[in-house]
Amino acid sequence: MPKITKPDWQPTASLANLQLRAQVLRTIREFFVKRNVLEVETPLLSHATVTDIHLHSLATAYHQPGESNTFGECFYLQTSPEFAMKRLLAAGSGSIYQICKAFRDQEKGRQHNGEFTILEWYRPGFDHHQLMDEMDQLLQTVLSVSAAQRLSYAQAFQHYLAIEPHGANVNALQQCAQQHGIDVVVGLAHDDRDAYLSLLMTHLIEPQLGQQAPTFIYDYPVSQAALAKIRQGEPSVAERFEVYVKGVELANGFHELTDSAEQRHRFEADLQQRREKDLPKVVMDERLLAALKHGLPACAGVALGIDRLVMLAAQSHALDNVMSFTMINA
Amino acid sequence: MASYSTNEFKSGLKVLIDGDPYAIIENEFVKPGKGQAFNRVKLRNLKTSRVVEKTYKSGESVQAADVMDIEMQYLYCDGEHWHFMVPDTYEQHAAEATAMGEAQKWLKGEDRCNVTLWNGVPLSIDPPNFVELKITETDPGLKGDTASGGTKPATLETGAIVRVPLFVQEGEVIKVDTRKGEYVSRAQK
Repeated sequence: MPKITKPDWQPTASLANLQLRAQVLRTIREFFVKRNVLEVETPLLSHATVTDIHLHSLATAYHQPGESNTFGECFYLQTSPEFAMKRLLAAGSGSIYQICKAFRDQEKGRQHNGEFTILEWYRPGFDHHQLMDEMDQLLQTVLSVSAAQRLSYAQAFQHYLAIEPHGANVNALQQCAQQHGIDVVVGLAHDDRDAYLSLLMTHLIEPQLGQQAPTFIYDYPVSQAALAKIRQGEPSVAERFEVYVKGVELANGFHELTDSAEQRHRFEADLQQRREKDLPKVVMDERLLAALKHGLPACAGVALGIDRLVMLAAQSHALDNVMSFTMINA
Repeated sequence: MASYSTNEFKSGLKVLIDGDPYAIIENEFVKPGKGQAFNRVKLRNLKTSRVVEKTYKSGESVQAADVMDIEMQYLYCDGEHWHFMVPDTYEQHAAEATAMGEAQKWLKGEDRCNVTLWNGVPLSIDPPNFVELKITETDPGLKGDTASGGTKPATLETGAIVRVPLFVQEGEVIKVDTRKGEYVSRAQK
């Protein structure tokens, strides 16, 4: 029997789910009002963008009045409001949050849409554990779930795969994947250790996380620090965390890197990798670096996917059930 | 040779892996917020019907398999090959026993079925979900037996053996579900 599909001008979400979405947004705003966290808005279009080799920015061109025949000026659509919000923090904003659209090129699937909604907030004076406490409160409020569990990245790998992720070499990671039925990964470079860690995480660990209560995974390998502070030790770890609910990656947070020189070094290392891998050249955010140099207060920050949050609240498994329109029928 | 990038993956797509044709059953895009993107794919080997799972780094390409599904009419078997014809063009194709698989148990002349061609050669044949076939041999039912109770083996005109209720007799035409190889009912006259 042919599948009956809705005409494609129609919203992909039901009206009930759009109402649920509005309710979730209201609950979030009330949550932050009560905590005296200031709501802010920052531009979606920016002259610079993220350098992370696994994040692909969309770009567009802006023309000055009367300049319609030129190439115009390149603006990136933000993959998250992180850089602009850190500039506000450096300027003395205090605790801030934002609910806005974010854009990521080359992402499409049941739980990915190139345009999506982010909740991002920053807490001066917090470390990543204090921010996890607050995230835990928010999830209990919005999803009516029980208190979250916490596992370090190493504990999660130890518990689910009996492997030590910080020390294991790429052969051991590959062997571990094979033992769990992931044979050959087509196209993966043999020495791409982080990709093998991501493979084990996404294919074997993630689906089991957050089934009873939300699960925080914290203290990531330094090679996956992104914009997190690194804590020296044996082993050294990045003070970064992720939140999983029902096997869905919901949020990513950092005890933020505040060192301008270290930040510049990481951006440059990303750009170098982009050159080696033949990825698009991007412009690093000098204004962010200048703000860090001026002084970013010690803080923790986190970004959460609102669409996935509403999807979980709706007990659904696909984003299109909670988005008015997706990239397919936008 | 044509190829498909992972971003073109969708169910039904036919690809070539290690020399064998496969059909994609399911494709899931898996990507951590920060980290490598993958496509996790379930595929059916069209020669063996075995289902395998494979993971691709997103952005990789896979060779396309020249596989087509065409509705054809079954003509006859010459003892070695089974012959089919495309009704519109009268183009004929001969299938080997390996391609026929279970289908050889159910087809009789003029049945329409789906023939999967790989590089122009029949790769597999899907018989219709339901066929009507005559019973050529079965034990006589016991007296007084009604719709309830046991079953007995019956040989059909194609040589297939299915279990039928005791009341069904030699010479009758029955409807069979080819996916399960099970008796459904007596054929509507």
